[in-house]
Amino acid sequence: MQNRVVITGMGVVAPNGVGLKAFENAIRNGVSGIKFDQQLADLAFSCQLSGKPFLTEELIGNYFTPLQLKNFNSSGILYGIIAGVDAWQDAGLSINKAEDPLWDYGTVFGTGSSGVERFREAIYKIDELQVKRLGSTAVVQTMNSGVSAYLSGKLGLGNQVTTNSSACCTGTESLLLAYERVKAGEAEIMLAGSTTDSGPYIWGGFDAMKVCTYKHNDSPEQGSRPMSATASGFVPGSGAGAFVVESLTHALARGAKIYAEILGGNLNSGGQRGSGTMTAPNAVAVQKCITKALANAKVHAAEIDTINGHLTATMMDATEIKNWTEALQRSGKDFPYINSLKSMVGHCLSAAGSIECVAAVLQIKNSFLFPNLNIDDLHPEITNLIDEEKIPKKAISKEIDILVKASFGFGDVNACILLKKYK
Amino acid sequence: MDRKEIIDRLKPIIKTYAPAQVKEKLEELTEDADFIQDLYINSANLVDIILDVEEEFNITIDNESMEKMLTVKASIDIIITKLSEK
Repeated sequence: MQNRVVITGMGVVAPNGVGLKAFENAIRNGVSGIKFDQQLADLAFSCQLSGKPFLTEELIGNYFTPLQLKNFNSSGILYGIIAGVDAWQDAGLSINKAEDPLWDYGTVFGTGSSGVERFREAIYKIDELQVKRLGSTAVVQTMNSGVSAYLSGKLGLGNQVTTNSSACCTGTESLLLAYERVKAGEAEIMLAGSTTDSGPYIWGGFDAMKVCTYKHNDSPEQGSRPMSATASGFVPGSGAGAFVVESLTHALARGAKIYAEILGGNLNSGGQRGSGTMTAPNAVAVQKCITKALANAKVHAAEIDTINGHLTATMMDATEIKNWTEALQRSGKDFPYINSLKSMVGHCLSAAGSIECVAAVLQIKNSFLFPNLNIDDLHPEITNLIDEEKIPKKAISKEIDILVKASFGFGDVNACILLKKYK
Repeated sequence: MDRKEIIDRLKPIIKTYAPAQVKEKLEELTEDADFIQDLYINSANLVDIILDVEEEFNITIDNESMEKMLTVKASIDIIITKLSEK
């Protein structure tokens, strides 16, 4: 027997809002979290913009003990813990204080890297022949699974505790991996989500690849322009998103509120063959990922109300729209609504999929579509394929039954998930 | 430096790593206390305590001495030895 699987709690640490309430308010009103970043300017980056969550010492103190904060320098773990614990509490679950772990509750919490600032400190110390002075926490802050390990310790989880990593697919993949485990009956609850570190040592490689915009350093809020004719690269972002993924039976038994149902999805790769490379997606694989996700979820393309795109603000945006039109066999006025959160928060890399899925689920639960910023000059290759009205410039009130979300990542990897209003 | 002064300077370091119930009773700290058994300090934090001791007393503690620093008494003995070698 396979379980139906629902989302019963969420948490988010985003550049334009920390906590569900602030985040929903920001995305409804098109509030940008993109700012000029003095540190990037001082380090002579081409792109001197970023999207970083704003956290006060006081807020951080609610999630970490003073001892945990001693020599702590891992922004990814920080964001992940806040989002994860918030999701847990939002779901009405308590922090396990018992001697035994919660055997049926686990986590799959992804990231691209961990504690890169802490790693940098460690490298300097080692090269100065001071390896002893790394102390006891360099490993746990820099191991990729640090975020899931910290979360497990905080919550007392006894089921699978792991970290997935698939570049910019990581967040959407984590949700699907959690879904599969709960569906199969291997866990009652899986905390899903993903995070990413902030800062120049994460973003420098992208700056060097010239995939980030350098044209808006004096107009930060116009910098992230998915689907625009003048899109000139993405703005790097950071943060975390988290979900309590739970079997429907378990959720109903404990009277949990239900945000949405996960119907299914697909994970695949283009194998860096055909049009696919390390950094560009194989269009055949993207379309196959979408069509297989629909089949897996038993959803017809005609039933889709809205798409939450990957749409990073590069020249690949038009290619993505083309892939959607071909995979769904829908175009023009028949195309579903589509939006990209990246116009407000930038590209949050390994956290992108989870932060964007939080936005997607809020849309389903509260019946609205958030606006796309910076699309006064839509790309003509996009308007040739789909009707302009399908790309909201302002928030729209709309009942959403079925939403599809996709993420694509370096390594030619794809993830696509189908979410449904719970009735 | 006498043993009383050393133990007083160790207290704030121990306080950083000890759980709440131990922190409250730190005034009663005696030389017999074992960091893990009596003060409930996570064994991983013993290396952090040694780093803090090195900074506090401006000494260097070698690997062999580190292994012995499991109690307050052993720590004081090693601190006195290292101070005298300076």
